[in-house]
Amino acid sequence: MAPKTTLSRREFVRDTGGLLIDFSLADSGIVPRLLAAASPESFATPSPSRLDAWLRIGNDGIVHVFTGKPEIGMGVETAYAQIVAEELDVSVDHVDFVLGDTARTANQGGVGGSTSIMMGAKPLRNAAANARYLLTQLASSRLGAPPEQLQVKDGIVSVMGDASKKISYADLASAGELNDALKVSGEGFGLNVEGAGKPKDPSTYKIVGTSAPRVDLPPKILGKYKYVTDVRVEGMLHGRVIRPSGVGATLVSVDENSAKAIPGYVKAVVNGNFVGVVAENEWAAVQAAKALKVTWTAPKQAFPEQQDLYKHMRAAAPKASKETLKQGDAAGALANAVKKLEATYECPFQSHATMGPGCAVADVHMDGVTTVWSGGQKPHDLQKGFSQLLRVPIDTVRVIWMEDAGSYGRPGFEDAAADAVLLSQAVGKPVRVQWMREDMTAWGSKGPAVLCDLSAGLDAQGEVSAVQFTSRAFSGGETHFRPDAMGNYLGAQLTGIPNTTGVDEFAQWGVQAPPYSFHNIHAVAHVIPALYGTASPLRTTHLRDPEGPATSFAVESFMDEIAAAAGVDPLDFRLKYLDEPRAKAVLTAAAQKAGWDRRPSPKKNSASGEIATGRGIGLSTRNGTYVGTVAEVEVNRRTGAVRVKRFVCAHDCGLIINPDALRTTIEANLIQSMGRTLKEEVMFDRSNVTSVDWRTYPVARALDIPSQVEVVLLNHPELPPNGAGEPSSRNVPAAIANAVFDATGARVRQMPLTPARVKAALAAIQHS
Amino acid sequence: MSHASLKVNGQVHVVDVDPKCPLLYVLRDNLALNNPRFGCGLGQCGACTVLLDGRPVRSCQLPVANVIGKEIVTLEGLEIAGNPHPVQKAFIAEQTFQCGYCLNGWVLTTKALLDKNAAPTDAEMRGAFESLVCRCGSHVGIFAAVRRAAESTKRSA
Repeated sequence: MAPKTTLSRREFVRDTGGLLIDFSLADSGIVPRLLAAASPESFATPSPSRLDAWLRIGNDGIVHVFTGKPEIGMGVETAYAQIVAEELDVSVDHVDFVLGDTARTANQGGVGGSTSIMMGAKPLRNAAANARYLLTQLASSRLGAPPEQLQVKDGIVSVMGDASKKISYADLASAGELNDALKVSGEGFGLNVEGAGKPKDPSTYKIVGTSAPRVDLPPKILGKYKYVTDVRVEGMLHGRVIRPSGVGATLVSVDENSAKAIPGYVKAVVNGNFVGVVAENEWAAVQAAKALKVTWTAPKQAFPEQQDLYKHMRAAAPKASKETLKQGDAAGALANAVKKLEATYECPFQSHATMGPGCAVADVHMDGVTTVWSGGQKPHDLQKGFSQLLRVPIDTVRVIWMEDAGSYGRPGFEDAAADAVLLSQAVGKPVRVQWMREDMTAWGSKGPAVLCDLSAGLDAQGEVSAVQFTSRAFSGGETHFRPDAMGNYLGAQLTGIPNTTGVDEFAQWGVQAPPYSFHNIHAVAHVIPALYGTASPLRTTHLRDPEGPATSFAVESFMDEIAAAAGVDPLDFRLKYLDEPRAKAVLTAAAQKAGWDRRPSPKKNSASGEIATGRGIGLSTRNGTYVGTVAEVEVNRRTGAVRVKRFVCAHDCGLIINPDALRTTIEANLIQSMGRTLKEEVMFDRSNVTSVDWRTYPVARALDIPSQVEVVLLNHPELPPNGAGEPSSRNVPAAIANAVFDATGARVRQMPLTPARVKAALAAIQHS
Repeated sequence: MSHASLKVNGQVHVVDVDPKCPLLYVLRDNLALNNPRFGCGLGQCGACTVLLDGRPVRSCQLPVANVIGKEIVTLEGLEIAGNPHPVQKAFIAEQTFQCGYCLNGWVLTTKALLDKNAAPTDAEMRGAFESLVCRCGSHVGIFAAVRRAAESTKRSA
């Protein structure tokens, strides 16, 4: 494992410039207060145009890599270490990382869209390749041998055939004679750099493609890893927030006398409708938040009744619309169809509900440098947003990413950090905020509810003559997934700052669900207005694979409905109407591994017996990644309970960097998405989210886990690596719903597939 | 506030705390033991698990006054003479977990389960874990690690 990975990440090291640095990594449970006094110093983000912004070599031979990308639990740091080690010919355990520190790493846009390997690894690969080139050039003059006669092993350059002639990277780097200027292109996720040194031919890879152990796991499992929750700054106080009594409620009064008697209580912070408490210790803050008497006006009745959600979504006038697929004349062909099918699919709001509620530490200095420790996956965006919130120059704000409790998009860690900023600004001391459970589950940002209508026509030969698709969804960007503006944060909105950076993001067939090669096809997506414009507990944003599971649930379920109507096996149906060889390959591979029973659905005798079993399949295509998933389920006809007994997932994301880390990431996607399919639904009343904890927002637990989960990795070393953080979440809902149909003949078209909904669908077919 | 004497990971600590304060905050904030983690504060997820006289309990709901004189073990205290506990070794070998924030509860619950029942059936294992949450969905690897730990315990017995 990499030496002292977790320490180097958070220890402040003075930028010495040049290629050589000497790290001092004294262990301490306390992060040093970096700049205790007001200071004129700036903490500008490094320019990506120099090699030392990306990579430096210590005099112990350790390669220190600096990347604006955080690790959010899928092994990206380890994959980066492999990529850098490969290009430099050093061992993986000699590569160490600084991740997502705005003062020390270039702005790569943070993490998002499953792009960390696909795009984010490019500048690291190129920087490492360039470093190797420069170092071997230098070694050539030192050793008196042409570069092509040099070899590198474990960071030692030697002359082939004369092992006595050698010099280490560390010795070469300390000379500081390197011209390390790089050519920069793109920005954010697309930021790239190039130098004279070119990366290796992937066919020669020795380290990339192996299952190097995850560098973060031993420290985590041995209890030595520091999450953002574990940051302790000298003089740090503890904060908690008190949210309004419901959406749109405004503050009437705060009675501080109600909390003053609590030992350690410091003060209440009030700014518009933003209310928080600060105390000397965490328990005092928790008690004070509970005890503080806060009076609010009656909240707005801004939300529909839960049971009217989809009625509301259908009736709402779209605020934006988009045509996402158009081929031939779908309406005309549908009018002439021999057989017609129509179906509506519904997916509720879902919650990030991260394992721990958001946590952050902020140390605000209005006339100096502000430091914020946050698990938000886009630290450079937070730097910009917090500088706006504090109205200070961006170079006086430093955001240091440290891992929080799982991150699946824009979970609300950003909002927790803004709360810490507001509280620290108000009390003039560093403040740690950790939300309570309900702050996260009820008031954290949500994945949008999505409603999709589909219709299809079959001609006299049973061929698909037309398919139409219309989605109506809340935007995936009411709260922008880039938290780079002050109005993006819940706490800021409560102070009266408007959310001005929201965007319309659609549930699109052709993007979030795979297109098929039908002759006549028409897909339209509508975004409907937010239920409430500011500080809403139902504000929507990116949740893992934004709009993917919902849109794919509709399209991939409907493909099965068409196949059933045509009397065709669901796998054969897909293969017939797909052009893309990689899409066909993942479906075929999953089916083969699963021992797919080739026949139309539903299964014969599906209408008898208490326990019914069946199999379903679903396809996911996402930015060059292809996933075919088979689910085998057991349905209890009496209770309506669905158990997934087995998943088989075939996954093609191009070149595989680390098979084991990829496999575990896919397994976790399957399980999390299974929970979203069977259990997860944000409950609400007219003014509040009523899903507040793990009882009212249940997720997959031990008894739900399939006894068999098999992952088939299809490696394509000839292709670039693509994303794997989300694509295998996408097709799980449809694979399960299709298996339920196969088992019982009942089609459940509303997520999650709760026992009540399954029973209702079973009752409906008995009566039909 | 009052002085309480706590035995944690074999060491006695005297802390000055509100007797009603949940053990979790005392461990984290007074003793800087980071691995009992705040997940829900409601005893629904297990992130705050500690072993109390060998039994897994939820420290977020347990007043510190109730644990005086008992043996408290946190994840930090699982290592044996500086070496990882066999359960930790099994989890590392299986490369389990995504973010790992929940792992404190899973690792300690596994240890307690195997101490009581060296060869749990699948149903017994799932039953012991039903009170735990892993939001990332790393259960497949977790179950594999538990089976690996049970095997290694059997071999060394």
